Amino acid sequence: MLKLSRYVLYDILRSKIVIAYTIFLFVVSLSMFQMEDNSSKAMLSLLNIVLIVLPLVSLVFTTIHYYNSYEFIELMSSQPMSRTRILLSEYAGVAISLLSAFFIGVGIPVLLFAPNEIGFALLFSGVSLTLVFTSIAFYAAVVARDKARGIGFALLLWFYFALIYDSLVLLILFSFSDYPLEKITLLLSALNPIDLGRIFIMLKMDISALMGYTGALYKDFFGSGTGILFTTGIMLLWIILPLWLAVRKFRKKDL
Amino acid sequence: MIRIDHISKRFKKLQVLDNISVVFEKGQVISLIGPNGSGKTTLIKSILGMVKPNTGKIFVNEQIIDNDPGYRKIIGYMPQIGRYPDNMKIGQLFSMLKQIRKTETSQTDEELIKKFELEKIFEKPMRTLSGGTRQKVSAAIAFLFDPAILILDEPTAGLDPLASEILKEKIIAEKKKNKLILITSHILSDLDEITTHVMYMQEGKMQFIKDMGTLQEETGELRLGKAIARIMKGDIINSEWIDKMFEPKNDEKIY
Amino acid sequence: MKCLISIVLFFALNTSFASTIIVGKDKVITSLKQAIKIAKTGDTILLNAGTYKEGNIIVDKSIHLIGVNTPILDGESKNEILTLTGKNIFISGIHFANAGYSSMNDFAGLKIIDATNILIEKNIFSNTSFAIHIANSMHCTIRNNSIKGTNKSEHSSGNGIHLWKCSRMLIENNMLQGHRDGIYLEFVSHSTIRKNWSEKNIRYGLHFMFSSDNSYLSNTFRNNGAGVAVMYSKKVIMLNNHFEQNWGASAYGILLKDITDSRIQYNTFFKNTIAIHMEGSSRIQIEKNIFKENGWGIKVQSSCDENNFRFNNFYGNSFDLATNGSMMLNYFSSNYWDKYEGYDINKDGTGDIPYHPVSMYSMIVEQNPHALLLMRSFTISLLDKAEKAIPGLTPANLVDNQPMMKPNKL
Repeated sequence: MLKLSRYVLYDILRSKIVIAYTIFLFVVSLSMFQMEDNSSKAMLSLLNIVLIVLPLVSLVFTTIHYYNSYEFIELMSSQPMSRTRILLSEYAGVAISLLSAFFIGVGIPVLLFAPNEIGFALLFSGVSLTLVFTSIAFYAAVVARDKARGIGFALLLWFYFALIYDSLVLLILFSFSDYPLEKITLLLSALNPIDLGRIFIMLKMDISALMGYTGALYKDFFGSGTGILFTTGIMLLWIILPLWLAVRKFRKKDL
Repeated sequence: MIRIDHISKRFKKLQVLDNISVVFEKGQVISLIGPNGSGKTTLIKSILGMVKPNTGKIFVNEQIIDNDPGYRKIIGYMPQIGRYPDNMKIGQLFSMLKQIRKTETSQTDEELIKKFELEKIFEKPMRTLSGGTRQKVSAAIAFLFDPAILILDEPTAGLDPLASEILKEKIIAEKKKNKLILITSHILSDLDEITTHVMYMQEGKMQFIKDMGTLQEETGELRLGKAIARIMKGDIINSEWIDKMFEPKNDEKIY
Repeated sequence: MKCLISIVLFFALNTSFASTIIVGKDKVITSLKQAIKIAKTGDTILLNAGTYKEGNIIVDKSIHLIGVNTPILDGESKNEILTLTGKNIFISGIHFANAGYSSMNDFAGLKIIDATNILIEKNIFSNTSFAIHIANSMHCTIRNNSIKGTNKSEHSSGNGIHLWKCSRMLIENNMLQGHRDGIYLEFVSHSTIRKNWSEKNIRYGLHFMFSSDNSYLSNTFRNNGAGVAVMYSKKVIMLNNHFEQNWGASAYGILLKDITDSRIQYNTFFKNTIAIHMEGSSRIQIEKNIFKENGWGIKVQSSCDENNFRFNNFYGNSFDLATNGSMMLNYFSSNYWDKYEGYDINKDGTGDIPYHPVSMYSMIVEQNPHALLLMRSFTISLLDKAEKAIPGLTPANLVDNQPMMKPNKL
């Protein structure tokens, strides 16, 4: 499997989009650390990059890449290679290249300027979200029939996770404000990887204090081994599930 | 070598393959002809496992095609349109394919690479290549592993006359090695020197498959094009297409 | 004979005005109690280094008790150590250790009852449930003491400096740690609390109730369980204090409850969950303070009115201002808000468009604290932007009409 992904990776790492993305992340991260006098404020700005830009780029880039590689994927599937292997190789290639962009663009500045718990939480969320949204994008691309639909679907998913979902959460919080909502909000956060990543970082930033009793509860939970395991587990689920669905669909698909 | 057993394929409302049964044997060079959308490419893709028929079975070397991609080891495929990862170099493409098939350079057939002089441009990335050069690459890939079955989809389309001639010679050479060669083409006159059998498809149905001898006998025509035209004479709907097909191209030799 | 006695007495008294009694393990007098017993008004007792375990020691005459090389008075965790009453008493240089604890009595390292003119200076208190407990006294000065508790639970520990029904007190330059409340005042008036450092106390760094006409100057309150609470008082002056790192669920920089006619100026609030929480408070001048990186800068409940918020600087707070109602009877002007995005065309240093410091999201959070879970999400920032463009939910009259373009110089 690694043979194919090595070449896919080689191809993507040379693509102008990935190079531009890396430079963009690097310049933004660096200038944030330079501009803000303390690193925690820069981290807040980086948080927005990680939560909004990362999923968007992962989704759109992956979808475009899939359609641009369509003929190549066809050619590969005429070779003695299973469909599963082809798709997973493509996934590995795309994911590793996006991760390298993230590591160079955000990882290095964070390790230089804020090598603390918050920094690592940010990197953890960034890595998870990249993998999750690459996975989701593969599903969107495999399901959709053509490029326009695929990109449209990917953008729609991004809108949903970045924007619509939180509005729905807000709606639920207000509709059921008379009930104890601690457990439910926890569950709700798990159903959106962006929220999960955000809360994971926010609790490291000690936002929990603002939330009173509930915050303490969350902090205890996410700070504990179980919480880290929970976050990692849910993130893994978010990576594996769409990818598995994509592979399942791809195996039956007519190319 | 290839046995197609009552396969049908439907894309939504369109019946692309309608209950096709046919057997291809080694030593045969089959010209698969028919108008656009007659199901030629779908049939080829079904053999390659890229399209999954709704009903029916396909056997390659008496082995049913299922999820095991191993049978494709003996198939070389040249697609209609070859597109490759933009930043991949030609040389890398070949070495990647060799790695995937775990084949040493000594075991490969690099005659076309040499004759097309592809080695000179091994370091060029794919995005810089013209359509014709990409076709040359596709052809070289199809013959690279000395496969027992060759499936060529519109092989001469887009090739310059010289390259076209090189490819034709190569096909003849392979024919002599008692291989099964399956060719689709619009330009019939390109094929008649090498064709042993003609399979004619229309609207997803196989109209006939006949060897050249029978065809010539039945129609009294030596040229393939004329022969088919004779057969189809009664068919008013398609006569226009056939006429167009037999118009001599500028660069074509008139026999 | 009578004559002789009176002469002897006269001399004894006479010498006692200048007499110094030395107590030490290797001296004639080895017990402090004994020394106090023979001491006369105005005498000085020099207590040499060593550990003295003498139970509850009572001083009820005007003497100076001075420790030499920090002698230790050990309460053996069952007694109140030193009890003062009377006037003109001076205690210095003594280490009070291990006072007893009782749920019935407020045992203290040093208790002062019904006293005037007391000076307590340069002492050390360790593991004393109440360190200094003063009741019903006047004109006392407590300065340069180091007071360190053991951080037990809120119920089993007492306050660092506890004042009840006192007036004209000066509490200065003390270091307070690990008690229930660092400084506690109830029914105290005309007193000054300054330059103290109160940190890591279980409940409040400073806590006062029903204590009007007091000044709190240049103190630092840091990392206390719940910050500083000031309740039911008038005419309080709080200047130049630092409120830092009072961070945690329900922790405040200052909690103001029913405070009126007061001044809160030149203070710095840094990294507190809620820098100032105001309830039922009126006519307070909140000016020239710095609010930096707090969860909430100011929470003003709608029960507050006629407060002035001017010339303050707000930087990097999650929420600058929050309120729970739509009515706002307080006045905001000339503050610097780092979130202000307006412009200044006429170059007068103040923004040309008014600033609404209460964000839509802070109103949402006020109504439904669970919504904090959505903090810094894309949805929320869009919501805030939308509200800025078309205000609807946030109180319309909560507005700074002259927001500063640059931070106020303080």
